[in-house]
Amino acid sequence: MKKILAIVLCLAMLCGCLAGCGEGDTAGGDKVIKIGIFEPASGANGAGGKQETLGIKYAHSIQPTVTIGGETYEIELVEVDNQSADDKAVTAAAELVNKGVSVVLGSYGSSVSIAASPTFEEAGIPAIGVTCTNTQVTEGNQHYFRICFLDPFQGSVLAKYAWDNGIKTAYTLAELGNAYDLGLASSFKDAFEKLGGKVIAENFPTNQADFTSYITNAKKAGAEAIFAPTSTTYAQLIIEAAATQDANMPLYAGDTWDSNVILDAAKGKNVTINVTTFYQEGGNAEYDKGFKDWINSDPQNLTNNGGNDIVAAVSAMGYDAYFVALEAIKAAGSGDAAKIKEALWNVDYTGVTGQIKFDSVNGDAQRSVAYIKAADTATGAWKFVKEQGV
Amino acid sequence: MDYILAGISVGGQYALIAIGYTMVYGILRLINFAHGDVFMVAGLIMIYATTAMPLYLSIPLVLIITVLVGFTIERVAYKPLRTAPRMSVMISAIGVSYMLQNVALYITGGLAKTYPAIPFLSDTVTIFGATTKWVTVITPVLTIILIIALVLLIRFTKIGIAMRAVSKDFETSQLMGVKINRVISVTFIIGSLLAAVGSILYFANYPSVVPTSGAMPGLKSFVAAVFGGIGSIPGAVIGAFIIGICENLIRSLSIGGVSLTPFSDAFTFALLIVILCVRPSGLFGEKTIDKV
Amino acid sequence: MKSLLITNQQKAKKINTYTNIVLFVALLAVLVVIDMTSNSFDMIVKVLQKGCVYAIVAVSMNLLNGFTGLFSLGQAGFMLIGAYVFSIFSVKDANRATVFSFSGEPLVDFELPLIVAIVLAGIVAAIFAFLIGLPVLKLKSDYLAIATLGFAEILRTIIQWDKLGRLTNGSFPISKLNSFKDLLKDTPFDKLSYVIPFFLVALVCIGFIALLIKSTYGRAFKAIRDDEVAAEAMGINLAKHKMISFVTSSFFAGIGGAMYAVYVGSTNAAPFTSALTYEILLIVVIGGIGSLSGSILASFLYIASQEWWLRGLDSGEFMGLRLPLFRNGFRLVVFSVIIMIFVLFFRKGIMGDKEFSPVGLFNGIVSLPKNIAAKFNKKSKKSTKAEVTE
Repeated sequence: MKKILAIVLCLAMLCGCLAGCGEGDTAGGDKVIKIGIFEPASGANGAGGKQETLGIKYAHSIQPTVTIGGETYEIELVEVDNQSADDKAVTAAAELVNKGVSVVLGSYGSSVSIAASPTFEEAGIPAIGVTCTNTQVTEGNQHYFRICFLDPFQGSVLAKYAWDNGIKTAYTLAELGNAYDLGLASSFKDAFEKLGGKVIAENFPTNQADFTSYITNAKKAGAEAIFAPTSTTYAQLIIEAAATQDANMPLYAGDTWDSNVILDAAKGKNVTINVTTFYQEGGNAEYDKGFKDWINSDPQNLTNNGGNDIVAAVSAMGYDAYFVALEAIKAAGSGDAAKIKEALWNVDYTGVTGQIKFDSVNGDAQRSVAYIKAADTATGAWKFVKEQGV
Repeated sequence: MDYILAGISVGGQYALIAIGYTMVYGILRLINFAHGDVFMVAGLIMIYATTAMPLYLSIPLVLIITVLVGFTIERVAYKPLRTAPRMSVMISAIGVSYMLQNVALYITGGLAKTYPAIPFLSDTVTIFGATTKWVTVITPVLTIILIIALVLLIRFTKIGIAMRAVSKDFETSQLMGVKINRVISVTFIIGSLLAAVGSILYFANYPSVVPTSGAMPGLKSFVAAVFGGIGSIPGAVIGAFIIGICENLIRSLSIGGVSLTPFSDAFTFALLIVILCVRPSGLFGEKTIDKV
Repeated sequence: MKSLLITNQQKAKKINTYTNIVLFVALLAVLVVIDMTSNSFDMIVKVLQKGCVYAIVAVSMNLLNGFTGLFSLGQAGFMLIGAYVFSIFSVKDANRATVFSFSGEPLVDFELPLIVAIVLAGIVAAIFAFLIGLPVLKLKSDYLAIATLGFAEILRTIIQWDKLGRLTNGSFPISKLNSFKDLLKDTPFDKLSYVIPFFLVALVCIGFIALLIKSTYGRAFKAIRDDEVAAEAMGINLAKHKMISFVTSSFFAGIGGAMYAVYVGSTNAAPFTSALTYEILLIVVIGGIGSLSGSILASFLYIASQEWWLRGLDSGEFMGLRLPLFRNGFRLVVFSVIIMIFVLFFRKGIMGDKEFSPVGLFNGIVSLPKNIAAKFNKKSKKSTKAEVTE
């Protein structure tokens, strides 16, 4: 019986191989240019990845074609889920390559981008990082671009903001093993200490749910603010713990906290939350309205956005990334990946999140300001605070 | 003080889960890896239930469904393997755990779900200069009441006697006319019920549920059960409180300016290994002798 | 490896040996062809690479769990050590400073040749296994499982600890690793740098384990598995043999970890959780506890279906079907159901404790109709019996 099963499975494998080989040839139709969406839809970063994808899809719904040399090409979006996991990211990237995409957008979360980078490089396909803020994503790579700011920048911005608000001692809380958290925390620490402040840095292990003792530690250390650039799952718990214990310290965080989850968690609680972000809702009324209408038009979109129509910064970034890709395709004059890669270096595009122009070393967007927002705990919405530079 | 209070509260929640482990192990000699996930499922059911109905209905519903889940898991995944080697049953338990997590992932879509605020439990209170939620204070009290009830049940009822008989000697008690399957089902029902109560208390305190939420509390509760001597209910409870307090205290410590906070989970496992090596039967466990 | 046969008939043995040699040569030829004709980013390449990595680890786990009867769940921990040792010694000189930019000056500032680094990874994992084995191998079945699981978690925390950042880069990924492609560049084997190196490493590792199992040590392992007390009475040194099995298994798990790092191209500690161990354990179960060829077969089937064939279940279209049920996460649900079916109904897995043999395969095909009929008879008998007892 077992042997029969073995045979059947072997045959299935063989068929799969053949089918797989067949698939590769059909890629690249006449009038279609494929753009890959390399985002997590599950795993730790699932929520953010979905919102970023929404931005890209909204952009596609507005501009589903591109005109090159008088001919109109259809843009087709190809989505894969990298599951927020490095090993899955490699095959997810391979899947995109095999489906014949010309340029890739993503991902939310840096380590998956780092893991997928060699695959894109070998295939000669350019990738545009949307909100992966770790330096290693683009460093030394000629094919990976990025339209957002970097961890060191974001950390310094928040350090400056905290210092300007009279904070002298800060407590940073990051998830052990999470490069994003620790990257921001360490650059915050460097910048804040340079300004003359004092920083107490602590890390918590993965799957932590009980933050009571960490808040107590912060209080004991005499911290006046908590900097917790964690993922949204932990953010909820940290807000809860801070509110319960009446910590009375402002919570600072990076772009991940710019999410509805945070607003829900903070609503009606006695907490102050400030985040840096890429885009401020209300910054571009036309985009906001269009995006909201589009989200509300489909219940599936609404679910993916976390159940309401708040415009997340990552969606705006996704939106801009799509148009940057279109600009590059236009400049390249074809859907050829190599040409797009060359063209990307010279793209200069002003989107809803500001001007996007890549530097000539690593292909990072040159950004000099970040937006700072505060959660309004009474209404459950974001309030714009200021634009902050370093 | 803050640390100890947090420790007692979390210890009470671990205790409720640990009992499920210790009872199942006592009877089946099986580490029920899926138990932590049953706990997570209870949390998710609560979230979905409260969107549809008021609290006084949804809480009993959560208890009932969780018990059903525990019962079904036993019937479907463990009962057919009763005569199989122990390793197969344990693998089956790991499989169930994997399945529950994946189904939860599919249903929630990978997003963290916010646990509903339960009136009273979620309100804040200040005792001994520490601000916390009512649930922190109630947890240990409720835990102890439930444990006393459970111990009475095991001491004095017929099913309790049967349970003790089965855990002493599986085959002999079967020969003596104890309905093994019924006893095992009751064990799983009690375990799941306590896990459901534990889940309400736990998530009222830490209101975010993700598919892996059950894994860490599950493992720690298991460690607590081993620590107290697996198979022993008071042992599990004391073990749970000790672990809860220790892991919170360790977060306040630093040696030579190096903070130990990242090691709070690692510490739990280190404790487990030390206990296993020094006194494998735990604090209150009975010594077992290998018979050839 | 495929020449490991368990059949009493001399003639069948001879046929098996010849057929195995033929099959092996054919397999090698197919792989060479795949390597020559494919690109590094083709799905089949990625799947075969990952399959090789998993096969090494699954076989090493089977040595421990299936042949020695030690139920250990520490595999992910030893892979973690292997992956890190390899990565630390394999960061390209040119990129080291940027990779370690957050952690300070790296302690290890040279790179080792690829193969040396891989072997070193195995050795360090084995040393750790020896130290861990001293206390834990005395424990009984499930206690051993939980203790090794605990050690894996502790190791992960230590590796991510920021105080060790100069060595392990703390929580930040180590990227820009050497690969087989770099190694074979400018050699005549340039085109054979995708699957073949992975295949050869797997072949050597698995071959060694197969030889070990065939030796006197292997027989001692099996004796311990079947009855510890009896084995001891027969004069087998329990502690020594358990330790040999544990250390060997960990050595190859370490090599598997290093290969994992080669496959992904970067390393961070996040993927090496207990979930990875469970994954490997389930592969071993599906393949058949106590069958090396079963583990190998199951590794490739598992990886191929997870990464490739069943992807359609997630993206909405599978085998031409389009159902709303097919959305993110469904693949994993189907997967866990398949696993449960194996655990409950095909407890022996694909191969049971037998090894692959062409004659057996042939006999299996011939007796297929008979077996199916027998299966049905048994089932109907069983059900009538069950009715009676109920």
